[in-house]
Amino acid sequence: MAHILLRHRDVENIHRYDIYAANGGYEGLKKALREHEPAQIIEMVRKANIRGRGGAGFPAGVKWGFIPKGEGRKYVVVNADESEAGTFKDRELIEYNPHQVIEGALICAYAIGAEAAYIYFRGEFMVAGQRFEQAIREGYANNAIGENIFGSDFSCHFLTHYGAGAYICGEETALLESLEGKLGQPRVRPPFPAQAGLYAKPTVVNNVETLANVPPVITRGPDWYLSIGTDRSPGPKIVCLSGHVKRPGNYEVPMGTSYRELIFGKEYGGGMSGDQPFKALLPSGGSAPVVTDEALDAPISFEGLEPYNSLLGSASLIVMDASVDMVWAASKLTHFFRHESCGKCTPCREGTYWMDRIYERLLDGRGRQADVALLESVAGQMQGEGLCALGEFATSPVLSTIRLFPEEYRAKVNGAAEQGQQQPAEAAVAAD
Amino acid sequence: MSDSVKLTVDGVEVTVPKGTVVVDAAKRVDVDIPVFCYHPKMDPVGMCRMCLVEIGTPVRDRETGEIVTDDNGEPQINFRGLQTGCTVEVSDGMVVRTATEVVTDARDDIIEFLLTSHPLDCPVCDKGGECPLQNLTMRHGRGTSRFVFSDKLKLAKNVPLGDLIYLDRERCIQCARCTRFQAEVVDDPVIAFHNRGRRLEIVTLSDPGFDSHWSGNTTDICPVGALTTADFRFGARPWELTPVASICPHCPVGCNTTMSIRQEARSGGRKVIKRIMPRQNEAVNEIWICDKGRFVHHYADAPERLTRPLVREGDELVETSWDEALDLVAGRLQMADSVAGLASDRLSNEDLFAFQTLLRQGLNSNDLDLADQRLAGGDVVADVGLASGSNLLEVGAGDAILVVASDLHQEAPVWWLRVKQAAERGATLVVLNARPTRLDKAATHAVHYRPGQTLGTVHSLLNAARVDTEPGRDALRAAAAALVEADNLVAFYGAEGLSYGETETLARLLANLLLLQDGANEGAAHAGRRNSGLIPVWPRGNTQGAWDMGIRPDLGPGYARLDQPGRAADAILADAHAGEIDALYLLGADPVGNGRLADRGRLDFLVVQELFLTETAALADVVLPAQSWAEREGTYTNGERRVQRFYPAIQPLGESRPDWQILAQIGERVGLDKPPFAASLMFRQIANAVPQYAAMDYRSLGRVEPQWPVVGGEDLYYGGTAYDNRSGLGQQWSVTAEQEAVDRFDLPPIDEQPADGLVAVPVAALYTPGTLLDKSELLQARAVAPALLLNSEDAQRLAVADGDVLAVTVGGVRQQVEAHVNGQTAPGVALLQGVSRSASGLVTAIDKVDNS
Repeated sequence: MAHILLRHRDVENIHRYDIYAANGGYEGLKKALREHEPAQIIEMVRKANIRGRGGAGFPAGVKWGFIPKGEGRKYVVVNADESEAGTFKDRELIEYNPHQVIEGALICAYAIGAEAAYIYFRGEFMVAGQRFEQAIREGYANNAIGENIFGSDFSCHFLTHYGAGAYICGEETALLESLEGKLGQPRVRPPFPAQAGLYAKPTVVNNVETLANVPPVITRGPDWYLSIGTDRSPGPKIVCLSGHVKRPGNYEVPMGTSYRELIFGKEYGGGMSGDQPFKALLPSGGSAPVVTDEALDAPISFEGLEPYNSLLGSASLIVMDASVDMVWAASKLTHFFRHESCGKCTPCREGTYWMDRIYERLLDGRGRQADVALLESVAGQMQGEGLCALGEFATSPVLSTIRLFPEEYRAKVNGAAEQGQQQPAEAAVAAD
Repeated sequence: MSDSVKLTVDGVEVTVPKGTVVVDAAKRVDVDIPVFCYHPKMDPVGMCRMCLVEIGTPVRDRETGEIVTDDNGEPQINFRGLQTGCTVEVSDGMVVRTATEVVTDARDDIIEFLLTSHPLDCPVCDKGGECPLQNLTMRHGRGTSRFVFSDKLKLAKNVPLGDLIYLDRERCIQCARCTRFQAEVVDDPVIAFHNRGRRLEIVTLSDPGFDSHWSGNTTDICPVGALTTADFRFGARPWELTPVASICPHCPVGCNTTMSIRQEARSGGRKVIKRIMPRQNEAVNEIWICDKGRFVHHYADAPERLTRPLVREGDELVETSWDEALDLVAGRLQMADSVAGLASDRLSNEDLFAFQTLLRQGLNSNDLDLADQRLAGGDVVADVGLASGSNLLEVGAGDAILVVASDLHQEAPVWWLRVKQAAERGATLVVLNARPTRLDKAATHAVHYRPGQTLGTVHSLLNAARVDTEPGRDALRAAAAALVEADNLVAFYGAEGLSYGETETLARLLANLLLLQDGANEGAAHAGRRNSGLIPVWPRGNTQGAWDMGIRPDLGPGYARLDQPGRAADAILADAHAGEIDALYLLGADPVGNGRLADRGRLDFLVVQELFLTETAALADVVLPAQSWAEREGTYTNGERRVQRFYPAIQPLGESRPDWQILAQIGERVGLDKPPFAASLMFRQIANAVPQYAAMDYRSLGRVEPQWPVVGGEDLYYGGTAYDNRSGLGQQWSVTAEQEAVDRFDLPPIDEQPADGLVAVPVAALYTPGTLLDKSELLQARAVAPALLLNSEDAQRLAVADGDVLAVTVGGVRQQVEAHVNGQTAPGVALLQGVSRSASGLVTAIDKVDNS
């Protein structure tokens, strides 16, 4: 099947304007400008039910519909701060199929009446960002970006911004703060970005992949889009596969494909990389609860992992085989969240730090009997009390591993290391 | 649509203005929702999560929009988990629960989190005893910690953020009150968060560190002991302190303050001022004070203070008894053919009234004036001053503020803040000055005229306002149109670049602007309206009171015109020097130190009443030691004409006496009535003599009313540790225009000729060196060095280079300054900075001083 999003895998050098255009590129934008009123575009996107690919799954058309109609400055912001552990799909799109992202963003801008679009790259995306900037230059040169795009009344400029390496800046309001030149910390909502976003103006913030879904919806129609995927999660999905699999990488599949297929299917992961059997899956990097073998037949979709208390998230599948010490894995993720907590709100700032310290001693063999219950309690205290979702995410690997692998935790506090091949404990992180 | 919203908090119904957040609404019905990051004077951020409560809203039918009711006819309420009470705005029918188990659990959780890295060093912490975190820990903390002590972050505990404020990084709970105060409230974003997560820490971005006039306020609103002031740090425990209400004497704002007093062995059993904090008065300073007001008090304890009367014996001043000194003074004054008096406008109303009584009634002399003549127009203010009942906090959209020839940020910082905030609320702000000032940033129209053209510019503004002009491109005309059209108009005027006489004209010009009748208010003038009127940016804390008390050669108490005016200050000094005046009484004045008097000349008798042995006092025949404002009681009248009481806080130093008492005791010796026993009785004399004060006494001045937001008291976490006001909000006297029509003022011809030579314009700085600042070690580093700011053109012509040390003579006063050639001034004008304020004028001599 031809790719809808990862089109560069079918068409060589599609990152070039001429090749993208020669292969149906910018037809969606042209069609939108020629044939549709902005409101109709929003309606089409709503009907196609393109759900946010950043992880939250919020319908893009509904988000666009929140933007107040009428005069006044509005913005489109492309969230390319792809920072979730094991996620690398947006980078591939930016680097190899940038025009489809630009086109999606411009259609969005046309639909909501924005005259400027920003893309916020994570700071490490230097090469990808440069490729994208080249695409923007080509867009300007070919009247796809700038004043009176393709001879229409619609004008929109495209600006780039590089983050400084903070996970939290993937959160849309922290991203907006950072884009405004401030410390990257999430804002209190309401007001939502649709009411007061970038520079306090109505703003749509969409993930790179979400916007890449928009041009084909305009050219081929919502019904075509709805024919792909599941009822509640239509369309294609890029899945980032990593960990103990033979063929890690990005795979574009229709929503509804099973996790097992992705991990073991010949054209995808091709099975486990070593001789150890499958043990656990992180379905969305660090931010969703771990699942085990029992969940593998679930469909990849926003609703697929609901029975297993987990989430699709950004669909970054990290596969772990039986060699992995799950306490160690949870500690790595906890350390990550402790490092990335912005510090704005108390439960996340203090809770991630506290949990990290408990894991340190568990791995050092200094664990106490009460520590597992304490971990659960601290994580429980963090839930429902934070300002944004980061603190909530941080509890996922902790609580899910305690629930699914209690014997590994028990072994740690009993001072025994016979459970699997223990990974070398990280050197205790100095108080920084 | 109604502007108020009705909701229920813990079963109690409350109606609050729309836009109120849940925490404030609960506070209205005495339900305390604990907070750390929230502060009623700042925008909510929802960071600390301490205020999590259950908030429910009525369920509405999707079709009809009607509220769904249950079987009992009660509205169905939909609760959506815990929400931060500080960020959620109230809505009709909202139900808030703050006492449920889930809320209590959440508070317990947050306190436990905060304590994981907060050190429990309360026994040595300055905040201990008045600490929100400590109090809330007592309520919500566990008895034992689940956090392993060795896991605690060890951080620096002694980080100077500049020389006034110290940071303890371990105690900081990252609530951002301090950074938000600096950025949002006072627009000095010189401190900020650095790093992220648990490593988040406050750093200063300025050089020198924490370079702001407002830094001390961050220690009041800090909900823990993370920020402390250099002078209070480790100085005392809060429960050892006795709060005494006072009024800041250092500028015309008249900030309400609290002195924290401790009697201590370290100071020989004396009571000492351990710190000065703001005291809430929403009509004056809200809950803020500037750093000068907070830190400059150390002069009260200075070892150089005079403690006993001194009399001259030959070349020496020797100590004597009060009786001897008073008898001597009374005798000599009575013997003298002519007696004159000069007073400082730092003194209280009681002192100044006693002074004029002594001079006029006891010694039959109208040769009485303020020693330092910077700003005139008190009589104009009496007619068209800011009307009684005004509050700058109420000035906003639809109103206008005009500021002429003053740098409020330096001269009266709290006014700068309140004017800036009025502009942020939507008031039109017009700033007229010869040079850019800090207030320009907030201004709708900032007009810079050429130096020496103040009056001409204001006259043009008045003319443009008079004719019904369309707002043109011309900034001045646009400004004029905005001023005329405003609902309320407040006009501040200062003396920058003006002579004393010119300030009189400026006051009259502005009065006539306030008296224009063709504005927005249906033909009524602005003057006399509440929240409209003239505010003089007086040079000192009680200049207004000095005018009211009749410290003028031509005006008696209450602005009564005198039939036989006496000599004005310049004439008094000149005539005293020439021997045409026999006896001169100086009340807190130092003309020799200020360069206005070279020596005693042929003056026969000089008496000086002072805190310190000033240069003038050193030449006196008798020196009488007075008490500082911290040692006695009295009243000051601020620039908004609010009469406010201050209270005795510490014991008098040595044998020093209150100024009014000394004066009354001399009065008794020259045949006046016996001195009143108390300051309150002295004030009663004032109330009898000054019609504007007729309705006032110490009791009425001490009256308080509930204020919003509620600060102080038990809930320290809500508004910070600023003190609530239990000792008086003061009374604002009403101006003539409130009662009767006031005629336009006659204007003298305005003739501003370009000066023939270099003109020096003294500019105010909050930390200008002077008698009081010099005694405060803490602020020494902030003192503004005397400098002459020159244009490069003038510098070249005068062969002066940047950094040269110069002796500059202006108006006969010679001062040593450093030359700063920076080109910020117009050619022909130099700014004099960091010098005790002298009038502007032609530079008559400029010499390089060899500083090798």
